[in-house]
Amino acid sequence: MKLLGRTFVLAMFSLTAMTAFAATAVSPAANSVHVGNGWVRWLPANLPAAGYAIIRNQGDKPVRLIGADSADYAMAMLHRSMHNNGKDTMEMVDALGIPAHGVVQLAPGGYHLMLMDARHPIKPGDTVHVSLHFDNGETLQAAWPVRPANASGSSD
Amino acid sequence: MPMMPSTLRRFLLPALGALLLAACSHAPPSWQLNDVRGHLPDLQFHLTSDIGKPMTAADFRGQHVIMYFGYTHCPDVCPLTLVHLHQVMQKLGAEAKDVRILFVSVDPARDTPQVLHQYVTAFDPRIVGLTGTPQEITAMAKRYRAAFNEDAKQPNGGYEVSHSSGIYIFDPQGRARLLGTSADTPDEIAHDMKLLIGQDQ
Repeated sequence: MKLLGRTFVLAMFSLTAMTAFAATAVSPAANSVHVGNGWVRWLPANLPAAGYAIIRNQGDKPVRLIGADSADYAMAMLHRSMHNNGKDTMEMVDALGIPAHGVVQLAPGGYHLMLMDARHPIKPGDTVHVSLHFDNGETLQAAWPVRPANASGSSD
Repeated sequence: MPMMPSTLRRFLLPALGALLLAACSHAPPSWQLNDVRGHLPDLQFHLTSDIGKPMTAADFRGQHVIMYFGYTHCPDVCPLTLVHLHQVMQKLGAEAKDVRILFVSVDPARDTPQVLHQYVTAFDPRIVGLTGTPQEITAMAKRYRAAFNEDAKQPNGGYEVSHSSGIYIFDPQGRARLLGTSADTPDEIAHDMKLLIGQDQ
């Protein structure tokens, strides 16, 4: 009985902790990589959308973001927009390095997570779930708010 | 404040002031974007609007026009640029009354008026989406030296379109006046729009 009670308390504790983490889209404490300020720019007609966030590497070794997927979209790919010789282009990126104790931004006009083929209708105000995979074996689960098309950041 | 020699105070400063005043009244406006007056063709096109209506440049006579080439399957730079142009309109406030933004599709195969309409109105009701036949779009882009090309198809059949980053500004007579890029800030564009609207009044 005592053991059961303790398990229950522990379970409740981890549930609470998980909820708290999910709300701020932070990974479990053991991870060296953290993601914050995430958001998705909503676009109509099930057009590809872009996800943005700040990725922090608090570890002593560089890590690379090597993949992503989402429960809400059939495909999530890392892309980079570039501005060259009067042209705007976009290219697929295989990996994005984050230096030891460094920060990398996925931000409008640069690196972004391209989210394609929503599995269900998505609208501003919704929350979408994204998993980011790193080459050190870590996977971060993030919950990002969906913002209107003309938003300029995670809050404005 | 350190004391200035009296000669400087009495003679040089007023002279400097007069010089500055003269410079201000005769100098060309300090554009943040590029002055292209006389260097780019007037606004001219025959395209289809986002409500499926044929449109020509004549529909925009009497209005300042900000034109940008893009496509709806562009999730990052095109939205960023349209957000910037929406912010320009907000900064212009009442002065935006006779300003229109034209978003010209460089992906007519996917950009039907319906998709275009949903896309542009999500950013600002004063944006008009324009599409047309591939020939019409090619002619339009050529006229403004706005090269575009479809990149290689992806395994899922999707593709990106590399396109001009130019932001073209026309006056109410349809003359090309200023050329910016998607890298210019809303403040820079709004600054020039205010100057231009002031000049043309």
